[in-house]
Amino acid sequence: MTTAILQQSGTTAGKTPAARKPNRSFVHGIITNKKALAGMAVMLVFIALALLAPVLFPGDPSRITAMASLEPSAEHWLGTTAKGQDVLALTVHGSRSSLFVGLTVGFASTFIGILVGLASAYFGKFIDEALSLVTNVFLLLPGLPLLVILAAFLPPGLGTVILVLVVTGWAGSARVLRSQALSIRSKDFVAAAVVSGERAGRIMFREILPNMASIVMGTLLACVIYGIGAQAGLEFLGLGDASTVSWGNNLFWAGNEGALLTGSWWVFVPSGVCIALVAFALALINYAVDEVTNPRLRKIKTPKDTERSTSK
Amino acid sequence: MRFILRRLGFYLIAFWASITLNFLLPRFMPGDPVSRMFARSQDRMQPEQIEALRKLLGVDDRPLWEQYIGYITNIFTGQMGVSISRFPTPVTEVISSQIGWTLLLGGTALVIAAVVGNLLGVLAAWRRGGAVDSALPPLLVFIGSFPYFWLAMGALYLFGVVLNWFPIRHAFTAGLEPGFTWEFIGDVGAHLVLPALTIVLVSIGGWMLGMRNTMIATNSEDYITMAEAKGLRPGRIMLRYAARNAMLPSVTSFGMGLGFVVGGALLTEVVFAYPGVGYQLLNAVQGLDYPLMQGLFLTITAAVLLANFLVDILYVRLDPRVRSN
Repeated sequence: MTTAILQQSGTTAGKTPAARKPNRSFVHGIITNKKALAGMAVMLVFIALALLAPVLFPGDPSRITAMASLEPSAEHWLGTTAKGQDVLALTVHGSRSSLFVGLTVGFASTFIGILVGLASAYFGKFIDEALSLVTNVFLLLPGLPLLVILAAFLPPGLGTVILVLVVTGWAGSARVLRSQALSIRSKDFVAAAVVSGERAGRIMFREILPNMASIVMGTLLACVIYGIGAQAGLEFLGLGDASTVSWGNNLFWAGNEGALLTGSWWVFVPSGVCIALVAFALALINYAVDEVTNPRLRKIKTPKDTERSTSK
Repeated sequence: MRFILRRLGFYLIAFWASITLNFLLPRFMPGDPVSRMFARSQDRMQPEQIEALRKLLGVDDRPLWEQYIGYITNIFTGQMGVSISRFPTPVTEVISSQIGWTLLLGGTALVIAAVVGNLLGVLAAWRRGGAVDSALPPLLVFIGSFPYFWLAMGALYLFGVVLNWFPIRHAFTAGLEPGFTWEFIGDVGAHLVLPALTIVLVSIGGWMLGMRNTMIATNSEDYITMAEAKGLRPGRIMLRYAARNAMLPSVTSFGMGLGFVVGGALLTEVVFAYPGVGYQLLNAVQGLDYPLMQGLFLTITAAVLLANFLVDILYVRLDPRVRSN
């Protein structure tokens, strides 16, 4: 995986004729971007696995089906846990909860971020001051301890996990979206819409929001990454919903049953690698969005750079 | 000066918010967690201690506003009650015995990550498309994609259990007398390597990419062209002209990073059983030790706010534009 990416980013530097064509659309930019394609391919595989889990591995994945701590074999591709559960079944089923929580947290925090950011930018003055204050306070409060404290006081369950992650995750997106919305708010077409008497909601959602689509997309991806990682972290600390099968809980049990101390690496590796692959795929899509919308970050040698390297 | 006062006001509001959150949580949570705690540990405590804890955690019959005022008074006079899990040590004593370890671990990791990451970012932006620029960012982003605790456990297993290069838990060998002896300092250093290294590994990518992207913008400024035209050495232009001006966002990230030091080291401390505040916070949660939990959260928040305030003061020194406003 890593080497493929390295080669790819190494080669894109020289030969991207499509990247120099001006005025290409965002969609076209994304689907011709290798990073985005690689990221989307990985995501599709995981989404397919999550949807097909009950078909591929019918029944409860956490039931005990074999001897304990078996090494990977033809029968159990990824071996078994210290309890005798099939690791592959646990991992595939785990993708359901992890992706579900990640996407829910991502969409919810981005949605709150959009509301707060747009309201701040559109209304300005007192409302902006107040909303920015709340946002900054939430940004500054140390996230992980807050997460732990909230999870400790609330009744355990999947709803709590999602709620806690949204509470600690929305502020970052609100800040990014506010500053982008502010710069669009000062454009002439928004002033025109205000003068022509359009309603506030319409200006916010029909005039300003569509013009920041790419930033919203980037924020959403970042929030999903945050959701998946933070859920795994909470569950690893034993503060998640212990009754669900998810990547974080798999790792919690692996740690609890001393998988590493007994050398059962196959219990510990798959869930972590899955989280990393999903996060990396989303990060790739995110970078692709950045590259397509911010020409400065595109991998092109500017005349200035070539000049400098030849002069040395 | 106005800027500093504004920021100070903001941090006070933020601190007030976290106190209020702390006050409200045990009082409005369903399931009455506090009564559960008392049921578990009642027989060990003196009646007056129970009374004090009841007031702290809101199990009393006074009106809410009176409880609130009493609570804030207690916080500012340092009365946070006694710890339940380490009965009868006062909460403040438990915290002060542990915050030093967190600062040592987090501070070391933060400084190393910030210095190395920023230098790499400078190099990557200076030679765009070069070896550092094309190889490191994808690699670091990939490493950063792994759940932090997973990497830490992997490192613990590989270097601690299999290779046995480094000790695997606690901050110093049990039985060793703490003091300023070479033996003790060396022992603490050996225990510090793995936890600090894993934090550096996952956080270095953010520093590098941030610096790289700012530096790319700085590189296209006119004063860089001017410096080149004057015939200055490239190394001087890179460090004194470009990097110096691209540093500013990194200073802000450093403030944010300090937050990670105190708060985010929680997972590290848990994996390596490092006796800092994060490890203690999780123990407090598991032991239903609400007074300690609250005290730790407030201490962590206060430390983060203070660190950010110091960075703000530094920022005023560095950026004249903030002063003139």
